[in-house]
Amino acid sequence: MSVNEKSFSCHRISEGIAEGEVIVSKDDIMFYLINPETGEVIEKGHDLEGKSIAGKILVFPGGKGSSVVQADGLYQLAMKQNAPKAMIIQNPDTVLVSSAIIMEVPMVDQLDEAFYAELKEGCKVRVDANSEQVVFI
Amino acid sequence: MELTKFEREMLEGKHGEGTAIAMKIQAAIGDSFHAKRMVPITRAHVALSNQEADLWFAEKLLKAGAHCKIPPTVNPGFNLNYFTSAGKVTDEFASLMQRTHNTYKALGAVLSYNCTPYIQTNVPFFGEITAFSESSATPYINSVWGARSNREAAQSALCAAITGVVPEYGLLLDENRFGDILVNVEADIKSDFEYQLLGYMGKKIGPGIPVFTGLPTPITPESFMNLGAQLNTSGAYGMYHVLGVTPEAPTMEAAFGGKEPKRIVTITNDDLKEILSQISEPGEQKIDFAMFGCPHFTLRQVQIIAERIRGKKLAVEMWILTSSHTKEMADRMGLLETIRESGGDIVSDTCPDQPCWHYLSGKTGITDSPKCAYYPKRRGLNFIIRDLETCIDAALKGEID
Repeated sequence: MSVNEKSFSCHRISEGIAEGEVIVSKDDIMFYLINPETGEVIEKGHDLEGKSIAGKILVFPGGKGSSVVQADGLYQLAMKQNAPKAMIIQNPDTVLVSSAIIMEVPMVDQLDEAFYAELKEGCKVRVDANSEQVVFI
Repeated sequence: MELTKFEREMLEGKHGEGTAIAMKIQAAIGDSFHAKRMVPITRAHVALSNQEADLWFAEKLLKAGAHCKIPPTVNPGFNLNYFTSAGKVTDEFASLMQRTHNTYKALGAVLSYNCTPYIQTNVPFFGEITAFSESSATPYINSVWGARSNREAAQSALCAAITGVVPEYGLLLDENRFGDILVNVEADIKSDFEYQLLGYMGKKIGPGIPVFTGLPTPITPESFMNLGAQLNTSGAYGMYHVLGVTPEAPTMEAAFGGKEPKRIVTITNDDLKEILSQISEPGEQKIDFAMFGCPHFTLRQVQIIAERIRGKKLAVEMWILTSSHTKEMADRMGLLETIRESGGDIVSDTCPDQPCWHYLSGKTGITDSPKCAYYPKRRGLNFIIRDLETCIDAALKGEID
């Protein structure tokens, strides 16, 4: 790790390692309301409406929606190679957690407030769920 | 998480690759919620819903040799015989439903194709540990029966049915079942319909376990069904209490575990009126069809419709979605004949959010359920939402005043 890299500890939900550009949502996310062809959020009035989460490190509070559509939304995105590379959340619920594990998208929670203070739109991070570290790169 | 010898063997593949995949997923879910151990379940319900991701996952487990230890009841997709013989589905969609059927049959599921198992085919007892997915099902068994389940995904509930265990966390533990939010209902609750709107207040109620007060008793099973279904359309709720009614809330002390509510929310007539105007298409227009049964209608609800339309002709198509048991009872009791004579029909094993309804795309229907209006929007169906009696009268006239 170079001296410029800032590292934060986290808690593993779904294993894996990924790095990429960050996109931050203030609102909870339901993956059924994201266009699988583009990765664009189509939910009216959503914080990320019109923005694409494809191939990004997605930072958001938590999930919402019925017990089947969350997994289906993430599956359809993955089939079109438009799933997020990794997810960083605050409020885990069983439906979202099992969807991430089954679709094998790395997901972590329990990041310190200092991490969120450091976050800037478009910055790059490496999420290492296996060793429970998130590093700014 | 500490696993027993038997659970470790499942994880290591000694009981087959399919069981190992299911156990690995459950262990990961348990770790993420800091569960200390697994506990056995005696019931499960899988909300399959004929969705592609669910089929992909179920086929993957089946190919790896999985079989259900606890045969789960399952949600509807669409009634394959009914809609293929009516020519209402493409070969592609028929094949999706056929594969779902074959896969769950081979996995050893109970092919109930019904989203209200908790009042008919899969009824738990107080304190029973279960794995229930489905919007209206999880809150009903936790809140009304006092059984225990986390708000499972369809896929995590299937894993539990295969391994016969669930990680112990959340609503399985006494300390997590107390109320957080006191919800004072000042709105007039006159019928099952007001529970549809009360349930849709998720945004105002906020996250946590709501404790409702001010609701007139007795409360019907259909009211509880509606409340849970809509709470999990407007938000994410595994459980609620009704003070003095549901079994774990005889008193404020019991409902909140001796603590103060974290939040107090009041629901008024204006709140219900406002939410209805937000989620319903405007009234005073012609309608193309009527759809009921999201969640699946009970025999009592079928009776209400049959009595109101007996001897009259419906101006538009009327679809009543029920379990196969309810349809059989309606047939025996002559209700099905009455409804068919008026031009309507009862369809079993079918959900409103399915490709069999694509022929109604771009049309406007009437329903008593906000959930029925919400998900099929993605398929181009528009809905006016009203109480059941108003819906029936609109179907007789072909328009809504």
